[in-house]
Amino acid sequence: MAPPQPKAAAKAPAAPAGGVQKAKVGKPRNYDLGNGIVRFSKTKMFHKKAKYKFIGKKHPKAPKDKKPAVVVKPIGGEKNGGTRKVLLHRRKSFYPTQDKIRTRSHHKTFSKHVRRTRPSLTVGTVCILLAGRHAGKRVVLVGVLPSGLLLVTGPFAFNSCPLRRIPQRYVIGTSTKVDLSDFKLPAHLDDTYFKKNKKSTKRSVKRKEGEDIFVTKKEKYVPSEQRKADQKLVDEAVIKAIGKRSDKKILRGYLKSAFGLRSSQYPHRLHF
Amino acid sequence: MPFERYVEPGRVALVADGPLKGKLVSVVDVIDQTRALVDGPGSGVPRQQIRLNQLHLTKFRLSYPFTAPTRVVRKAWTDAKLTEKWAESQWSKNLANKEKRAAMTDYDRFKLTAARVKRNRARTAVFKSLKVKAARSGAFGKKKVPKTPAKKQRTKKTSAAKPAKK
Repeated sequence: MAPPQPKAAAKAPAAPAGGVQKAKVGKPRNYDLGNGIVRFSKTKMFHKKAKYKFIGKKHPKAPKDKKPAVVVKPIGGEKNGGTRKVLLHRRKSFYPTQDKIRTRSHHKTFSKHVRRTRPSLTVGTVCILLAGRHAGKRVVLVGVLPSGLLLVTGPFAFNSCPLRRIPQRYVIGTSTKVDLSDFKLPAHLDDTYFKKNKKSTKRSVKRKEGEDIFVTKKEKYVPSEQRKADQKLVDEAVIKAIGKRSDKKILRGYLKSAFGLRSSQYPHRLHF
Repeated sequence: MPFERYVEPGRVALVADGPLKGKLVSVVDVIDQTRALVDGPGSGVPRQQIRLNQLHLTKFRLSYPFTAPTRVVRKAWTDAKLTEKWAESQWSKNLANKEKRAAMTDYDRFKLTAARVKRNRARTAVFKSLKVKAARSGAFGKKKVPKTPAKKQRTKKTSAAKPAKK
């Protein structure tokens, strides 16, 4: 590696003369493997960077010129010594007796996990629900939320499955796909939108005076106007996409019918 | 009833198991009670030994002497038009149907069910109307005259032809 060195040395001074001065920034060879462990150990990097070359070599660093913390000021009066050192910056007025409680950033929390969706589950896929009260229904996949949950819809008019989140584990993706490429999911349909307000559904139903306190009272779930509007919006797009197909009649019947296994049908042997 | 198919030179068999599953071979020689030397020049099977329990014997038999070389087997195979004959046989058709069924997607299965329902409905309607007609004409003994006009059978149009898959 001897010959290239003089060349580089010759080039280096030329660059600033050209006017464009760009600091050469190297890329780190080491990288995080994703679990807090780096690819190359300290020792390995020691060899890679050839740090052994520099051990023992003394590179006397140019001493930084210290910024003065004090200013010497002359003062009057005979017995006052003539000058005083005055601090440029005032000392702190508050010294904590306890360390601050710091919130640590956790390595991995569930909300930070990388979400991967099965390749068979693309937007527009007809899915078979396997769990929940709509189990067995064939529904259309509308999108995947940041939490990794799938957003599906019946459409509601076909099989009364509303816009609903479901984990991909509880779904079979079929090879039948509806073309939803023109459809864009409204941004407000996110995870918080679908989160159930547990307080309102469970316990805190206020009792009136004189009411039987042992009778558990439950509020019935009623979809809000907003939900109804969103359901309509999404379903319209899905139904429109179905209507464009040549086999729309059969596909409609398909979505309306429920999935089931017959004798000598085994899900691991079937194609979907 | 005696056996009709034997492991003998020229016997064509379907390989039912192993890496050659589904291929047609012809027996060239019998090695021992469990193995035979087979060849399949028409189905891309190189000459090799195979266990007899991997073979299902077909009704076809080629004519060539035992231990015939591959070129002789090939000639007998093409002369007998074995590949065409096999494709025409009910056995191979059933196999093909089975394969087709296995490859069906969920949507295909639904379409098949819908077509069957349609067909069965039409068939039932025709059958019932024939039955009523026969009853009126006295085919079942005494003539039966309905007091009220016979109910019209529920029919559905059979517009779409049955899909090939069944």
